[in-house]
Amino acid sequence: MRYLFACIAIVGCAAPAYAADHLVSQSGKAFSVAALKAKVGDTISFRNQDPFVHNIFSLSDVQSFDLGTFAKGESRQVKLEKPGKLEVECAVHPEMKLVVEVAK
Amino acid sequence: MLAVIVVFDTGASTSTEWQRPAAAPAPADNHVTAARAELGRALFFDPRLSAKGSLSCASCHNPALGWSDGLPTAVGHNMKVLGRSTPTIVNAAFNPLQMWDGRKGSLEEQALGPFGADEQNLPLEELERRVQSIAGYGPMFADAYPGEPITRTTIAKAIASFERTVLSDGAPFDQWVAGDQDALSPAARRGFDLFVGKANCAACHQGFNFTDNGFHNVGVRDSGAPDPGRFAFKKVASMQGAFKTPTLRDIALTAPYMHNGCYDTLEAVVEHYVRGGETKDHLSPNIRPLDLSAQEKGDLVAFMRSLTSAPRVVSVPTLPR
Repeated sequence: MRYLFACIAIVGCAAPAYAADHLVSQSGKAFSVAALKAKVGDTISFRNQDPFVHNIFSLSDVQSFDLGTFAKGESRQVKLEKPGKLEVECAVHPEMKLVVEVAK
Repeated sequence: MLAVIVVFDTGASTSTEWQRPAAAPAPADNHVTAARAELGRALFFDPRLSAKGSLSCASCHNPALGWSDGLPTAVGHNMKVLGRSTPTIVNAAFNPLQMWDGRKGSLEEQALGPFGADEQNLPLEELERRVQSIAGYGPMFADAYPGEPITRTTIAKAIASFERTVLSDGAPFDQWVAGDQDALSPAARRGFDLFVGKANCAACHQGFNFTDNGFHNVGVRDSGAPDPGRFAFKKVASMQGAFKTPTLRDIALTAPYMHNGCYDTLEAVVEHYVRGGETKDHLSPNIRPLDLSAQEKGDLVAFMRSLTSAPRVVSVPTLPR
């Protein structure tokens, strides 16, 4: 019984270590990547390197979020909650687009 | 020695970013030709293509008034006063999205919008019938779009082709960028430095067309119910009251200003930004109060006036019968 508890504890502690944080910067009114593959539980950190604000959001069926406006040097993070395809944009600059494929 | 080398925070800038491309972009199935532009010019100036035969595209986009109308907001069918000001079509060909709220994705798409709406108030089926019934249009369409019928599609393509020829050109600023250091007054030169620096105008008004093609709430107060702007099409909070950044090309010719035409002069616009906007709800963080002296305000206006194209004559066609 003690052995079983130890195994569960290890699994429980180890699971978060597999979640990755994907850094996507915004510079020159463009995302640093146009497409991204990630897994459920991963996070994406959006870092604004432009001297004006961005507003990253997604209204995708699989997951919607609105990170609000943030200025140069600031970052916003979103956790990927469900598998599927996310279309991410900047509300201020509609030409900025990022597709995220989220696997289980 | 080249007079204009500006370095933004991004570190990326050269004089070329202020120079207009020689030609406007066009979709693969609608490259501009002389026949298409001339057909589009006729359609653009043709008032018969409205419910009462009295309003053409040029009624609001009047070349004598900077391809706008000089009114706070547009006036359409039956003298109905519309909700937003008429944007100039100068350099509209470079806009990825059209209309103040960006709801049209191309010039072709935009060209049909006013026909079926409060402007010309002519259903598109009737628009097609009227154009088809004017015999003189037949050969013009045949030359412009051989093998294609006269439909709303080819009507839109022709108007868009004409609009792609309405471009800014020969402004003092352009001459300065090209190397003529005397083309700008000292005030305008100081204004340019303020524009890309202390006054933060270039946070939104970027590049040769002085627009980031983006959407911002800049704190303009509406006289009636607040205009939702871009939010009507993008349900993101910051888009409440946000509108497309307009070009500043030929800006001295297109008063009054802002999406609702609330300011009669460029001086009043500068004062708006000095105050950091009138309303704060959903205000873009790019907008903040500015500490500008009277001379600096005047310098900014002098710079904006330097974006006025060289005087030109616009020919109004004899319409086909």
